[in-house]
Amino acid sequence: MSDTPNAASPEFTSLTEHVAPLAAEGHVLHAAFVKNEPVLVLAEGEIVIGERRVAPHRDSGILVAACDRDGIYTGGDDGKIIRTLASGESETLAHEKGKWIDALCVKGDAVAWATGKTVSARDGKGQIKSTVMATTPQGLCFLPKGYRLVIGQYGGVALWFPNVDAAAEKLEWKGAHIDVTVSPDGRFIVTSMQENALHGWRFADKKDMRMTGYPSKTRCFSWSHDGEWLATSGADAAIVWPFQDKDGPMGKAPKELGVRSSKVSSVAFHPKALVVAIGYEDSCVLMCRFTDAAELLVRRASRMDGKISAMAWDEAGRRLLFGTEGGAAGILTLP
Amino acid sequence: MSDKIPVTVLTGYLGAGKTTLLNRILTEEHGKKYAVIVNEFGEVGIDNDLVVGADEEVFEMNNGCICCTVRGDLIRIIENLMKRRGKFDAIIVETTGLADPAPVAQTFFVDEDLSARSRLDAVVTVVDAKWLADRLKDAPEAKNQIAFADVILINKTDLVSEEALAQVEKQIRALNPYAKLHRTVKSNIELDKVLGRNAFDLDRILDIAPDFLDESGAHHHHDDEMQSVSFTAGEVDPDKFMPWINEFTQVEGPKILRSKGILAFKDEPRRFVFQGVHMILDGDLQRPWRDGEKRQSKIVFIGRALDRDAIKKGFEACLV
Repeated sequence: MSDTPNAASPEFTSLTEHVAPLAAEGHVLHAAFVKNEPVLVLAEGEIVIGERRVAPHRDSGILVAACDRDGIYTGGDDGKIIRTLASGESETLAHEKGKWIDALCVKGDAVAWATGKTVSARDGKGQIKSTVMATTPQGLCFLPKGYRLVIGQYGGVALWFPNVDAAAEKLEWKGAHIDVTVSPDGRFIVTSMQENALHGWRFADKKDMRMTGYPSKTRCFSWSHDGEWLATSGADAAIVWPFQDKDGPMGKAPKELGVRSSKVSSVAFHPKALVVAIGYEDSCVLMCRFTDAAELLVRRASRMDGKISAMAWDEAGRRLLFGTEGGAAGILTLP
Repeated sequence: MSDKIPVTVLTGYLGAGKTTLLNRILTEEHGKKYAVIVNEFGEVGIDNDLVVGADEEVFEMNNGCICCTVRGDLIRIIENLMKRRGKFDAIIVETTGLADPAPVAQTFFVDEDLSARSRLDAVVTVVDAKWLADRLKDAPEAKNQIAFADVILINKTDLVSEEALAQVEKQIRALNPYAKLHRTVKSNIELDKVLGRNAFDLDRILDIAPDFLDESGAHHHHDDEMQSVSFTAGEVDPDKFMPWINEFTQVEGPKILRSKGILAFKDEPRRFVFQGVHMILDGDLQRPWRDGEKRQSKIVFIGRALDRDAIKKGFEACLV
């Protein structure tokens, strides 16, 4: 497979002329569409909403971010959890004085975050519940059903009901777990690990599954719209694991899409079709069709821009937003 | 290499003078900005914009390998710091008096994301001249911190006699024959002696320990539990030495804290230099031997319960 797809070749179609560049001017931490507006969250502390720039954490940096349809939730090195609306208005939801916010996730109008060994969850009514874990939480994800949180940490994951006064249930697996994701139907929990592998649990019977073979850490996950596939970063192709069956990916080989000589740093499944956007460490972006592995070029490689660090589709699946560590960004509007 | 952020690790037993040194580094006029990772955050006043508390969380890998043990909190914190690179020039990691420096150092070799963006500059250990002898008796961490150090500040020298000081230096040398020693009062030292050392850079190993090759013959510093073992010889056969050193460090890695060596390979105009932490080895051919420079080989291991005779036998079997 060639390093950079040859846009001039007849069988290779380029979408680069449909990409409008955006000036992020800073490490792009997170990308999303909020109220249909493209949003880029920058590590230096600014949030770019369409044409507007706001800095809700003032002079502090943003460490973690997550978005829902209506708001942008950020956790900073000022210890604040802030919700910013598409209008640019912001509200401080919590303040952990003197601490860094290490992880954050949202679901509906609830938000959860971790700092040090403490995990806190705030429901839509503003009620905050906290629990202290034995080891530092690294990744957080709400389960799709109920008000329950999956906490990735050293030695496995913990399942915590913020509104129930009981210890978190533990799913153990030796090693350091980093990020956590849950399949849209809630059947599977998957973590990325320090040792370049994924670990999974089938929720019904807590059966373990291991997904190995990565040359580096997986730091980005994306589920397909039908919940049957999980695309992952960390290899020189997007590694896509099958989750249709009751056994998930056990005993099955993953699909490898967009094989190149640069590592995949970001993945984003299209919200309606089996198409995945793949961002690489050399800042190239491809779009791959699942059925026949056909590739479309979205952005040419440019090493000086740094790796693709965030990508997001809009709800209709017509626009793809992406940003890099070096502060480059763009928005593709499908023709 | 040069665009990697240098990381200095500051260790030392409680009360030895680490925080005093840290504040000296931060307040002196040097035009550099430091991001500081501290423990027991908030207990001692540190005047700096970028100070973050760490929880010293050690991650052991699934394979159980001691050499893959890393500091999870450092990985997370430095990853976050790197997103704001323009804000600082270097990172200083202060550990608690009880911390084992090995996982801290290994983090920068084992974690790929970190080693791509940062490099370990040196492990600097501050010791209390008056109390070191006692600590060495009752605190295994204190021994580790000395054995691991590239630079050692013998602090509070005004509180002890010259004879006592000589004794302290002797005890340190028994644990670590190649660290740079500095006598200080109130951690007062020129900063270029603790920062920008490039102690893990193969090209610099000789600059740091100019007398490294001077000693002649086998040398053996002894402490009841921890020791340094070194051997000097002439030319070495690389086809024998490489398999031996690899196997030796793989098998004995858990016992070896640090290793260094300079080798004269047969028919090789350049010097081969290596350094290691437990079983992680980094070695390369470096500058040519100079005219008139004696082509000799020397290896040093610092560790626990090292089998001196076995090492000697193994090394001697590699000689030409």
